[in-house]
Amino acid sequence: MFDFLSFLRKRGTFSHGIHPAENKHYTAHMPIKRLPFAPELVLPLSQHFGAPSEAIVHPGQEVVRGEPIARANGFMSVPLHAPATGRIKRIELMPTAKGPRTPSVILEVYPGDSQEVRYDFPRDYTTMEPKDIVKAVQDTGLVGLGGAAFPTHVKLSPPKEHKVHTVLLNGCECEPFLTTDHRVMLEYPEDLIRGTKILMRALGAERAIIGTEQNKMDAVEAIRAHLPADGPIDVRAVPTKYPQGAEKMLAKALMDVEIPSGNFPSSVGLGVFNVASTAELGALFPHSQGVIERVVTVTGPGIEKPGNYMVPIGTPIRFILNRLGFGGTSNCLIMGGPMMGGSVSSLDVPITKGSGGLLVLTEQILEQQHELSTHPCISCAQCVAACPMHLNPSQLGKLAYKHRYDDMRSDFHLMDCFECGCCSYVCPSGIPLVQYFRIAKSSLREKAARERAAAS
Amino acid sequence: MSTAGHRVVLHTSPHLRDTPSVDVIMRNVVYALLPVTAFSIYQFGISVLALVLVCVGTCLAMEHVICRLSGRASTVNDWSVIITGLLLALTLPPGFPLWMAVVASIAGVGIGKMFFGGLGYNVMNPALIGRAFAQAAFTAPMTTWVPIMAPDRFTSFIPSTFTLPFMQPESIQTWVASVAPDGFSGATPLALMKFEQVPTESVSLLLGSTAGSAGETSALLIMLCGAYLVYRRMMEVRITISILVVAALTTSVFWLIDGDKYPGPLFMLCSGGLMLGAVFMATDMVASPVTPLGVWIYGGLIGFITIIIRLFGGLSEGIMYAILLANACSPLISSITQPRRYGAPSKKGAG
Repeated sequence: MFDFLSFLRKRGTFSHGIHPAENKHYTAHMPIKRLPFAPELVLPLSQHFGAPSEAIVHPGQEVVRGEPIARANGFMSVPLHAPATGRIKRIELMPTAKGPRTPSVILEVYPGDSQEVRYDFPRDYTTMEPKDIVKAVQDTGLVGLGGAAFPTHVKLSPPKEHKVHTVLLNGCECEPFLTTDHRVMLEYPEDLIRGTKILMRALGAERAIIGTEQNKMDAVEAIRAHLPADGPIDVRAVPTKYPQGAEKMLAKALMDVEIPSGNFPSSVGLGVFNVASTAELGALFPHSQGVIERVVTVTGPGIEKPGNYMVPIGTPIRFILNRLGFGGTSNCLIMGGPMMGGSVSSLDVPITKGSGGLLVLTEQILEQQHELSTHPCISCAQCVAACPMHLNPSQLGKLAYKHRYDDMRSDFHLMDCFECGCCSYVCPSGIPLVQYFRIAKSSLREKAARERAAAS
Repeated sequence: MSTAGHRVVLHTSPHLRDTPSVDVIMRNVVYALLPVTAFSIYQFGISVLALVLVCVGTCLAMEHVICRLSGRASTVNDWSVIITGLLLALTLPPGFPLWMAVVASIAGVGIGKMFFGGLGYNVMNPALIGRAFAQAAFTAPMTTWVPIMAPDRFTSFIPSTFTLPFMQPESIQTWVASVAPDGFSGATPLALMKFEQVPTESVSLLLGSTAGSAGETSALLIMLCGAYLVYRRMMEVRITISILVVAALTTSVFWLIDGDKYPGPLFMLCSGGLMLGAVFMATDMVASPVTPLGVWIYGGLIGFITIIIRLFGGLSEGIMYAILLANACSPLISSITQPRRYGAPSKKGAG
């Protein structure tokens, strides 16, 4: 491509992107602490990408901590484990962070129980066949803990024609405020390395790179202390920039390859996994245990005691907020980070496998951030210079305004947008660009589904 | 603290944003233009002050009235129309009759901006539309220049300033002779070079001690003001660079062929409105392309056309028509220079 300044481009990163204020100082230095059990846990049967799990318990049944309570419904699904010893109260529709009410198991926690995980069957991955490892990973109920909640075992089963040679461990955590992955890398490097070896064996990969950003050098040191100098696993820090944590950006930064449009990372021989998921795998797999808790960064200016907490899956956020204290009478509660996380509409929403952060922003902050009145697009090209996918958000936005969704897809590659929000972040006119694109994409998907239904 | 009675605010991501808004950007462009305006008033006196006030005032009123007539909220508080007024004033001759400036302002904001739908929808730079209108309608006053540093410039107006509406100004030759006893040719450095092959010192051009439109005098000052905007990341400096580079290269080709007939690159860059146009007008965000490759092509086109008009056209100055022409091309330039997206299938394999 014709570009005068290509020789100035920094290596070891991707081009474009933005530098939002990191705001990690609230929690980056705070060790992971346990939160007590809420009296009642809410366990949605659909916490992951794919088919919902099938409940195998009935109301009134007693369960012990770590016991499976729902099984995988097909390959694109994972089982669910009891996060606490207690009694199943009922199975009913409950609100979730995504919005719609979904069938959930309500578990009443026994307050007097020791809450020890008694469910333990030792297992040695070094002697297991790759396909058995994949099955065993599915049994742990592990999904991408970075937020997408994509089942891990599915990523371990790439199409036959794809040969994965390198595993990339994604510890960038480019979202402002969040420090979950940072603390996990710092405190559980051995689990992370064991998990990496399990992934490598399952995929038959020769090497692995743990990638993080340069604002987490302490994590790099911690991991490096446990790695032999010339082993197959390497750890590397890339420049801090949003959205470095997107797998396409990470592949570009660490390997200098682009994942072709519409393809999986395996098409270029890569497997990309979140570090927290991998550390969890390293901890659970040798004991055949399932995911029952996760690290959540509870942070933001609206919370009194921010920190990194080990939270049982299913803990309602009302319980967390009451426990950690939050000020003001109107807050925006965000599940995930401020760039891509969704705001939740109910305090009864539970922490699920994909919730890496709970961010509490006050209404005043939102107003400050969004006090801009919306002007028309002045073609300043800030969005074009920010888009990490090198799309043209300015043009896409103008087409979206006119509902020309088909043109957006065919001429301006709408479907390559992964909704990182850089365009909306930089727009001086305050145009909700990425919001338009979400509507356009879902409208196109809906239309395609309708057409498929009509054709069949 | 209890969560009872707690109100939850819903909002879609991204929840944070950090960027100067349109009105802040436009206000900073106005700030950057103020030193140029002040220097022009210092050089030419209260006539230019009157010209600036009349242009800015008319432009503001025009935008406000059209917004009201079309039943919309007034958009004057986005500051963009003040830029239009200032730029228009700076491109007019210092002694330009005020009633003509009013007409040019109405044409610029009315035809150039509001008829298209206001800020963001205008195809061309509104200030240059106003100037092009004046160039066509009032040819003689548009080429009547006055000497700088007239001794009584802060106490009396240039006689042509207060021409009665719908009247042509009277000749100002006697006034010129009275303020510039050493003789004043009544021509700009570009016209002197083009029609009489009289060159002007580069130092005078840089510092602006030459005749010309109100704001097109000191190339150095304009560059400094542009540097402020670049520092604030509110100006597309690639456009300015490509205009200056291509203009210098084009000039050099002819200068090397025949150095006696054609002027050198430094003269070309610092004379006339090239610097004002390259820094403040060609970089008008609305009318320039959005793609990285597109801005280089756009700037190059302006630099090339300017020099061709200057050397071979009937006018001594070409930057105005060059920018207007390139403005017209910029949607096309944008659409043929779409950036290569990440992960796009490549013709030459990966990469």
